[in-house]
Amino acid sequence: YPLDALEPHMSKQTLEFHWGKHHRAYVDNLKKQVLGSELEGKPLEHIIQNTYNNGDLLPPFNNAAQAWNHEFFWESMKPGGGGKPSGELLALLERDFTSYEKFYDEFNAAAATQFGAGWAWLAYADNKLKVVKTPNAVNPLVLGSFPLLTIDVWEHAYYLDFQNRRPDYIKTFMNNLVSWEAVSSRLEAAKAASS
Amino acid sequence: MAIRSVASRRTLSSLKESSSKLLGLRGIQTFTLPDLPYDYSALEPAISGEIMQIHHQKHHQTYVTNYNNALEQLDQAVNKGDASTVVKLHSAIKFNGGGHVNHSIFWKNLAPVNQGGGEPPKGALGGAIDTHFGSLEGLVKKMSAEGAALQGSGWVWLGLDKELKKLVVDTTANQDPLVTKGGSLVPLVGIDVWEHAYYLQYKNVRPDYLKNVWKVINWKYASEVYESECK
Repeated sequence: YPLDALEPHMSKQTLEFHWGKHHRAYVDNLKKQVLGSELEGKPLEHIIQNTYNNGDLLPPFNNAAQAWNHEFFWESMKPGGGGKPSGELLALLERDFTSYEKFYDEFNAAAATQFGAGWAWLAYADNKLKVVKTPNAVNPLVLGSFPLLTIDVWEHAYYLDFQNRRPDYIKTFMNNLVSWEAVSSRLEAAKAASS
Repeated sequence: MAIRSVASRRTLSSLKESSSKLLGLRGIQTFTLPDLPYDYSALEPAISGEIMQIHHQKHHQTYVTNYNNALEQLDQAVNKGDASTVVKLHSAIKFNGGGHVNHSIFWKNLAPVNQGGGEPPKGALGGAIDTHFGSLEGLVKKMSAEGAALQGSGWVWLGLDKELKKLVVDTTANQDPLVTKGGSLVPLVGIDVWEHAYYLQYKNVRPDYLKNVWKVINWKYASEVYESECK
């Protein structure tokens, strides 16, 4: 979608910087970092798993994971998004969180209480849905689960539009931006991969 | 008569204030947002007035409010002997208490140009900087590089190691105070590199913020701290 497609919920200016500067820099810097190394030419997820190094992060991890996280984030949103999910995804949310509202509150709380920079996720593991929050560049891939949905809570993700009001940003994301279609198809893929 | 009632209203409200402080004294000391010793716009163009106002009135105020809440919960848990709640509260205390401690130092680390902001340190601190880093430029280059390289949120510090009697440059993550990197470390200058400290003005270009912030660093305050710790 174009950079202004998510307005008024996420401004064109935010996308210009967030995608055009921050995300681009992660990609460009990663390319420079792996040039001439054994990681050059490897798939992004391979680089992420390799450089996570059980939490003792190797230098390319931040750029690699952030490049992956941001692509996943853009695809987690759509113009005219938000509302409630349906079908199997809704059924599983109701099964694992008691209700959609309980999931909504738990996801909100995770995003609001991730201190400093990081991400909140809906993830799938062992046939269960769960809400996870991670610091800086860490994502559920390195924690052994399938990411289904994410919100970026680094300040650069919301500061131009919301300044310090992270809770307002999270609500706007949930109510107006989430692409439940993307989440549902990721759930399909996750179930297929684990069977 | 109107004047009398205004006076009595003010007396009543100050009574209320001191009685809630008394209640606080029974258990814990709570905190308030310190005033800035300069106007929000006084650090321009290095740091915009918009950033200063939001940084002080919103971010720092939130740390103070949440720190006080955590302290009250801690007080209750301690009095009840609820050990697991006491332990659970530690991260909220570290985040919010650290945020209050760090920002209180930060406002003193900054000064308008017409109040000495940017003026190089003289005296003992100036000499120590030359000894340990070759020159002020050497120190600035090192701190700016470490601040730019910091992933996520945190601070870059010039500190005094009281035990080893030397200056150090170090970084801390999130709102960890410098003392978490070493019990004998005293913060002299801290630079906030959380995105909220510069984003509205410098956007993603943290290195530009780090280049410009030195123009408003209050070396007089850092020297005072250094000299009093060296006694």
